[in-house]
Amino acid sequence: MRSQTLNRWLDNRNVLGLLFMLPAAAILLVFLTYPLGLGVWLGFTDAKVGRGGGWIGLENYQWLWEDSVFRLSIFNTFLYTVVASVIKFVLGLWLALLLNRHLPFKSFLRAIVLLPFIVPTVLSAIAFWWIYDAQFSVLSWTLVKMGLIDEYINFLGEPNLARASTIAANVWRGVPFVAICLLAGLQTISPALYEAAAIDGATPWQQFRNITLPMLSPIIAVVMTFSVLFTFTDFQLIWVLTRGGPINATHLMATLSFQRAIPGGALGEGAAIATAMIPFLLAAILFSYFGLQRRKWQQGGADK
Amino acid sequence: MAEKEQREGMHYLESLPRRWVTVYIPLLLFLFVLLFPFYWMGLTAFKPDAELLSSGGNPFWVMEPTLEHFRKLFIDTSYPEWMWNTVIISVVSTFVSLAASVFAAYAIERLRFKGSRQLGLAIFLAYLVPPSILFIPLATMVFQLGMFDSRWALILTYPTFLIPFCTWLLMGYFRSIPFELEECALIDGATRWQILTRIVLPLAVPGLISAGIFAFTLSWNEFIYALTFISASENKTVPVGVITELVEGDVYHWGSLMAGALVGSLPVAVMYSFFVEYYVAGMTGAVKE
Repeated sequence: MRSQTLNRWLDNRNVLGLLFMLPAAAILLVFLTYPLGLGVWLGFTDAKVGRGGGWIGLENYQWLWEDSVFRLSIFNTFLYTVVASVIKFVLGLWLALLLNRHLPFKSFLRAIVLLPFIVPTVLSAIAFWWIYDAQFSVLSWTLVKMGLIDEYINFLGEPNLARASTIAANVWRGVPFVAICLLAGLQTISPALYEAAAIDGATPWQQFRNITLPMLSPIIAVVMTFSVLFTFTDFQLIWVLTRGGPINATHLMATLSFQRAIPGGALGEGAAIATAMIPFLLAAILFSYFGLQRRKWQQGGADK
Repeated sequence: MAEKEQREGMHYLESLPRRWVTVYIPLLLFLFVLLFPFYWMGLTAFKPDAELLSSGGNPFWVMEPTLEHFRKLFIDTSYPEWMWNTVIISVVSTFVSLAASVFAAYAIERLRFKGSRQLGLAIFLAYLVPPSILFIPLATMVFQLGMFDSRWALILTYPTFLIPFCTWLLMGYFRSIPFELEECALIDGATRWQILTRIVLPLAVPGLISAGIFAFTLSWNEFIYALTFISASENKTVPVGVITELVEGDVYHWGSLMAGALVGSLPVAVMYSFFVEYYVAGMTGAVKE
């Protein structure tokens, strides 16, 4: 039916490739690349909700630089990211090592462990909200009954307690992801290596230090980059648990940007806060990129 | 069997009491902490208000279970509508993204046109762009396009994180299909379209399921776009509806909140339980590639 020239034209890989890329590229260019640029541009304007803004140069950033709440949110974001990521890594690796042992109901256990990660974050955060409730907290109830404390703990009401509580909820959600990904990495390490090491008299710690960690390090780099990225840009958990309070003690850059831009109406300022997150994200991505490179080299592939 | 014994490695040398201390007890602790919030969510959803707000008695059990909270949720709020919205939006955006991703992944991985390597890297970078830095400019776009407060706003914006993920995952699957199969078909006179639909796609079905399941849960869980682009109660999705509509001022209806969280988690949990292997393959595949 089709003419010969059309057929030949469609067999050209460049033409066909372009055609196949079209739907995905169109959606991503319009709804991802363009907004990314628009967001950076909005950061240099005084746009408000319902009103396009004019160019005001670096004014938003100057204003934010002197804004103590913004500075506090940077501090909070780093504290939240670093502490949560370190705990997630340690607990995740531990859980992965446990699940890698010879266990009854192994695949069932693995399936259950991942539950916190697949359930909508907002909905599990509501469960934590109830667990952290100042009056009816089950944690406080248990501690009081055990005689460890006298009065109920106001988990989300005191700055440092609120920080610790939100980090704990974030860790609860993130550990399964880290553990299951690292478990996949652990399963690729040949048991022969451990047997050889054991015959040479290596202690379990030496085996872990000199076999497990080096073999696992490429996947650790990637998993932790993802984990850091998701933690750094977290919004849902904080929004449900504290909305940034008490006294802005748990405001992350993402929640502050939302609060200023949508309920507050200052789109330009919110966009500036969001744009300020980009350099940190780039640093994390570069880290991931070099982690991937190292993987190729370790597997005997050519360095590209 | 031999494989199994090999996997076990040297651990059989350990004595049973030692195994309890080093493996079983830590594992049980992990399981307890990871599962407790779900138990608590389920328990609270069935507890009558009187038991919820009394400080006496044993809070870890329910004396007189009630369905009152569920009744309130389904009759007094727009919960069924939120559920319906979430289903429609998740299903449509998942299918749109899958379709676009299949073509893109095949083109990048197999057609190897000029610049396909760079595009592959660009797709990976697109996956790393978080919604938290896109929602403000997207909100202004959604408003200008007149899609504010409609399902279209979410159906069109969710693919921004679904397409990069699905494409990246499918690229890995397509890579594992031998080139020879396609070459044979080409020699037999098949067109690229026939190769894609008759050879590559049937072989990539596990990959398609992985990507589909993962994309569906990602869109079901999405929060910040839905919170920003939707304002009318009947247009909300489950996560947004539960958190914005079930809290009236300082009065928390804990029972209904938990019932809402439980019912909203069930669809993804059920789907996950049927496709665990595909889900895990999708998650680890995306990280490993």
